[in-house]
Amino acid sequence: MDLAVAAGETLAIVGESGCGKTMTALALMRLLPEGAEVAAGTVRLDGQDILALPERAVEDLRGSRIAMVFQEPMTALNPVMTVGAQIAEAVARHRGLGGRPAWAEAVEALRLVRMPDPAARARAYPHELSGGMRQRAVIAMALVNRPRVILADEPTTALDVTIQAQILALIGTLQAELGSAVVLITHDLGVVAETADRVIVMYAGRKVEEAAVTGLFDAPLHPYTQGLMAAVPRGRGGARLADIPGTVPPLSALPPGCAFAPRCPLAGPRCRTLRPPLTEPRPGHRVACWERGA
Amino acid sequence: MSGAPRPEEAGHREGPPLLAVDGLCVHFPIRRGLLRRRVGSVRAVDGVSFALGRGETLGLVGESGCGKSTTGLALLGLVRATAGTIRLDGAPPIGAAGGATLAHRRRMGIVFQDPFSSLNPRQRIAAILRAPLDIHGIGRPAEREEAVAALMARVGLRPDQARAFPHQFSGGQRQRIGIARALALKPEVLILDEPVSALDVSVQAQILNLLADLQRDFGLSYLMISHDLGVVEHVARRVAVMYLGRIVELAPKPLLFADPRHPYAELLLASAPVPDPRRRRRVAPAADEVASAAAVPPGCAFHPRCPLATALCRSDRPALSPRPDGRLLACHHR
Ligand SMILES: Nc1ncnc2c1ncn2[C@@H]1O[C@H](COP(=O)(O)OP(=O)(O)OP(=O)(O)O)[C@@H](O)[C@H]1O
Ligand SMILES: Nc1ncnc2c1ncn2[C@@H]1O[C@H](COP(=O)(O)OP(=O)(O)OP(=O)(O)O)[C@@H](O)[C@H]1O
Ligand code: SF4
Ligand SMILES: [Mg+2]
Ligand SMILES: [Mg+2]
Repeated sequence: MDLAVAAGETLAIVGESGCGKTMTALALMRLLPEGAEVAAGTVRLDGQDILALPERAVEDLRGSRIAMVFQEPMTALNPVMTVGAQIAEAVARHRGLGGRPAWAEAVEALRLVRMPDPAARARAYPHELSGGMRQRAVIAMALVNRPRVILADEPTTALDVTIQAQILALIGTLQAELGSAVVLITHDLGVVAETADRVIVMYAGRKVEEAAVTGLFDAPLHPYTQGLMAAVPRGRGGARLADIPGTVPPLSALPPGCAFAPRCPLAGPRCRTLRPPLTEPRPGHRVACWERGA
Repeated sequence: MSGAPRPEEAGHREGPPLLAVDGLCVHFPIRRGLLRRRVGSVRAVDGVSFALGRGETLGLVGESGCGKSTTGLALLGLVRATAGTIRLDGAPPIGAAGGATLAHRRRMGIVFQDPFSSLNPRQRIAAILRAPLDIHGIGRPAEREEAVAALMARVGLRPDQARAFPHQFSGGQRQRIGIARALALKPEVLILDEPVSALDVSVQAQILNLLADLQRDFGLSYLMISHDLGVVEHVARRVAVMYLGRIVELAPKPLLFADPRHPYAELLLASAPVPDPRRRRRVAPAADEVASAAAVPPGCAFHPRCPLATALCRSDRPALSPRPDGRLLACHHR
């Protein structure tokens, strides 16, 4: 899995449930759960290899130069601390600011994420906030130290579309203000179309396609990406939706060759035996497919 | 109460409706203190009226907590209505006065959002699907086994999967089981409460296609509850938009999607991401959060968030009334 994102850019990672999106993000943060490890590779932030750093140094990076927004805000927040205190703690840990200045930064961060009445809401506990406000508090905490990279794992999946629209607009505005790079993980192609500059499509733990967002939506190359696009309901009522028959194979039992071959309408003998390399049939548009590659 | 839209309104034109809902209210008590005294109520559903025709799909959309699921549960009699009536064609109405009879429940089924928590993890698939037949005493044991096998085949499950447990299935397959269970009693109406929200887009397409086939083969009527406007636009013939316990707009689908008139419906449609990067958002998202059903604002419940609100909106509740173009709308200024 190769992935690069530039300052100010939004990179979306899409793919079906279980294809490895969250694992990729956790690996970038060096937060993989027990039993999972990075088998090979490097992760560089401004040229520095994160995977080679000692744990202490990584802890300093997390929440300062690289920050993560999780899908479910309740798991990211401490239920027995006010949200202001939690954000102030992140400020204190990474910037050595104490008591009052750290609290002022926390309130300022809440104001930045358009929390209504930020000074009062800073003193609220997570359960006293609505879902949308909680997610804003989590984003405030992620942004308070002005990270270079923001990893957002399904940041709006649990929210209403009206609040989702606010949060996505907010991430975009703050990104422009701070010049941060954003890696957005989602399976919602609408959200991708709305926010991303570039898109990586994953299937069964691997990148199968990468392109600029317009290139991908105008002319997807990989049969899996084409299947995903065709399956999105677009209001042409009555017509059947195109579905992709079958399911994603478990990562522990991948077929040889292309992992998508068992479900692919184009699959030939080579697809079932040899893994297709990532090639670049169009400038900036990469695909791992024997039938569609260069 | 006479507030119910007549069946011919808002695009419903197929003779007497199969299901008619009139002034449905479901209020939950809020209790406080040692004596659990009632200090207020959550007005989860607060005067909902609509009709559903045979073979028709009505979409029901609205913000989280606006009362969509409670409406669905009340239709089946799974929560007791505080006021209003629910009438299935040819049967006596149920409502606040009388709970649902077994006969009423047999004619309606429900499919829940979460295919993981809505199936008993310790029961095999065959037992899950046979339970409704056992409860309603339908057929002899051998006939029930046959019915289960037929149901499984109908929703695309293999016969050998009858002895498996729910955890052995993927999300999409579990949703097939949920649908088969809802079909066991040969209902006329299915309440579909976010049936594809937990599924990936390609699995979602498989389930939506299955639902379309079943509707065509059995003439089923669907109430499709979803927060995904793309899904609703795909399946529904008419769409009802709810806000804090009430329907604020009910219109034929093409009309609603082309030209939403209620300011909340407008906000909702403008907020939905469009899967086309060349058509990025045109409208600045509104700043306020959804209000709570435990403290419904007076007048029009949407007035604290509404760009058009006036003093009238803050004091008087707009009634859901028919408009010349065939929709029902509850707004003073539209
Ligand atoms: N702690 C773990 N131990 C072993 N396998 C795991 C563990 N956590 C996840 N996996 C497996 O790793 C694979 C990738 O999981 P991951 O969470 O990255 O998927 P995802 O693409 O984020 O999916 P979703 O869209 O559902 O969030 C899955 O097959 C999952 O079952
Ligand atoms: N048993 C109950 N007791 C008290 N309040 C309840 C109960 N069930 C639901 N409510 C409240 O009633 C309101 C409507 O809930 P409901 O579940 O119908 O909303 P919904 O529109 O289905 O939302 P979602 O989109 O999140 O599923 C909410 O404020 C909810 O908290
Ligand atoms: S009645 Fe008034 S407050 Fe309600 S939606 Fe219409 S204009 Fe807005
Ligand atoms: Mg994930
Ligand atoms: Mg619900």
